[in-house]
Amino acid sequence: MADLAADAAASMPRRRTPSNIGRRLAPYLFLLPFLLLFVAFLVVPLLYALDLSVWRTTLVGGTRFVWADNYVKAFFDQKFWYGVLTLIRFALLQIPIMLILALVFALILDSGVVYLKSFFRVSFFIPYAVPTVIAALLWGYLYSTNSGPAAQIATALGWPVPNFLTPTSIIPSIANIATWEYTGYNMIIYFAALQAIPHELEEASVVDGAGGFTHALYVKLPLIAPTILVTIIFSIIGSLQLFSEPYLLINVARTVINSSFTPNIYAYTLSFIGQQYNYAAAVSFLLGAVTAVVSYVFMLATQRRGRQ
Amino acid sequence: MIVGKTAQSAGFRRTRWLLTAVLALYFVYTFIPILYVITASTKTNPDLFGTFGLWFSSDFHLWQNLHDLFAQDRGAFGRWLWNSFYYAILSGVGAALVCTIAGYAFSKYEFAGKRFLYALVLGAVMIPQTALVIPLFLLLSQIKLLDTPWAVILPQLVFPQGVFLMRAYIDDAVSNEIIDAGRVDGAGEFRIFSTLAFRLLMPAVSTVFVLAFVASWNNYFLPLVVLNSSEHFPLTVGLANWYASAAGGSGGSLLYTIVMAGALVSIVPVIVAFLFIQRFWQGGLATGSVKA
Repeated sequence: MADLAADAAASMPRRRTPSNIGRRLAPYLFLLPFLLLFVAFLVVPLLYALDLSVWRTTLVGGTRFVWADNYVKAFFDQKFWYGVLTLIRFALLQIPIMLILALVFALILDSGVVYLKSFFRVSFFIPYAVPTVIAALLWGYLYSTNSGPAAQIATALGWPVPNFLTPTSIIPSIANIATWEYTGYNMIIYFAALQAIPHELEEASVVDGAGGFTHALYVKLPLIAPTILVTIIFSIIGSLQLFSEPYLLINVARTVINSSFTPNIYAYTLSFIGQQYNYAAAVSFLLGAVTAVVSYVFMLATQRRGRQ
Repeated sequence: MIVGKTAQSAGFRRTRWLLTAVLALYFVYTFIPILYVITASTKTNPDLFGTFGLWFSSDFHLWQNLHDLFAQDRGAFGRWLWNSFYYAILSGVGAALVCTIAGYAFSKYEFAGKRFLYALVLGAVMIPQTALVIPLFLLLSQIKLLDTPWAVILPQLVFPQGVFLMRAYIDDAVSNEIIDAGRVDGAGEFRIFSTLAFRLLMPAVSTVFVLAFVASWNNYFLPLVVLNSSEHFPLTVGLANWYASAAGGSGGSLLYTIVMAGALVSIVPVIVAFLFIQRFWQGGLATGSVKA
């Protein structure tokens, strides 16, 4: 078919030249709207932030060029690393729980061995349609020690009232909100990948005497490994940008979540409460660098393991 | 053989019930916050604190709460609802169109700088929001776009995930044969795209639209930073403000039920829209091949 088309095109030399010009220009024209927006609202702001980050404004000295001083300051800023540590603790707890649940549910749904398949698939996905702000707000109410259902049940049973908003429980509580929001989304991604696996493989497994569980573990999982990798990387990137959930929970956990709880909250506070745009830009870039390093190290680690 | 089969199907039935129970358990967890917002918005403020959170109280107060919700602050909520809606529609349609043609270019053409540009697009996903939004705030203030709807809509048109998704879909859904056939017939590149390819891409276009729509509907950080006046707020920023004053203010305890009613109103339309679009969209992704 392709050969035929190529032959046909070759036999019509008159049409060849103009369409080649069109063909060479077309991709750039198709890309133009995206690239214009990309440059205007992504590249330019980034370059501007880069520029901001090498200046410093002081009341006495005015604005002056300080080279990498802001970065050095950020690098030795305990508040920044405290935020990064929060994120690492959050990510190590939340990502495995969420992705394992998503994977298990996707495998169950894909195996078809359940009742109400499409009901579960759709309803697990619904939290993704709930804005993060509202999810955080709802869980904020549910966590409440005086009016939350958990507190009410505990009181009714005479148990001690659980406090979800203490310094030790706040990270699991935020992890719970994120898990509630995104498990269904990741499940749908895994489900789509699983559905693309040819059914002949399942038949082959059955012939070999493998059960559904063995088949899932040894045949299906390796086949969707690239998809799993992508979801892990996106989850890492998403975790490192944590902002809305803790920012909303400040309202009910004022003493537990401070202005540098995560680097994004820190940068936001620096900019819009402290007016320290230059330093905030450096903090954001440093967070970007941490994100890139973590993602890269993770990719390297998994690739090496894949080769062995 | 027959005996083996019945034994197997008894085991099969047990597994089936067990796995269904596992999913049902997670469904209960998924449903708790939704149930809470539904019951809470039907209660009076004293009942919200005085009755069990996950069930209705005897006093059905939903209509009064909805009335109060839209009356609060001279109808601010209705304004926010409309803003959220039209920011999301414009961002969704715009992003879907822009991503579709960009994804088509990346998928079906070879050109100088392709690999570099594509790596740039992928790398963009890694940039922390604050790194973008803070300079965006300063730049938008210089071109007098700050505190206007454009300050929210225009940046949301840049949706790199959409380009990524589109390219992957087009690689599979639009065969080179179709494009070559179009060229042989003398159709221009844009005509081939708009008449032949675009129709095949509708499922993916709607997917990108839904994702960009939801991203806009849910966005909090960007509007929080670039908007100042209540008349431009989307739901997220407006409700978060009310929540903060309800949680912080001693005199504002009436607000709690209003915040709950507001939360209910802001999630119901998206969930309903999602349920509608979901069928069309998932079915489309599964059957998008033209290779037959």
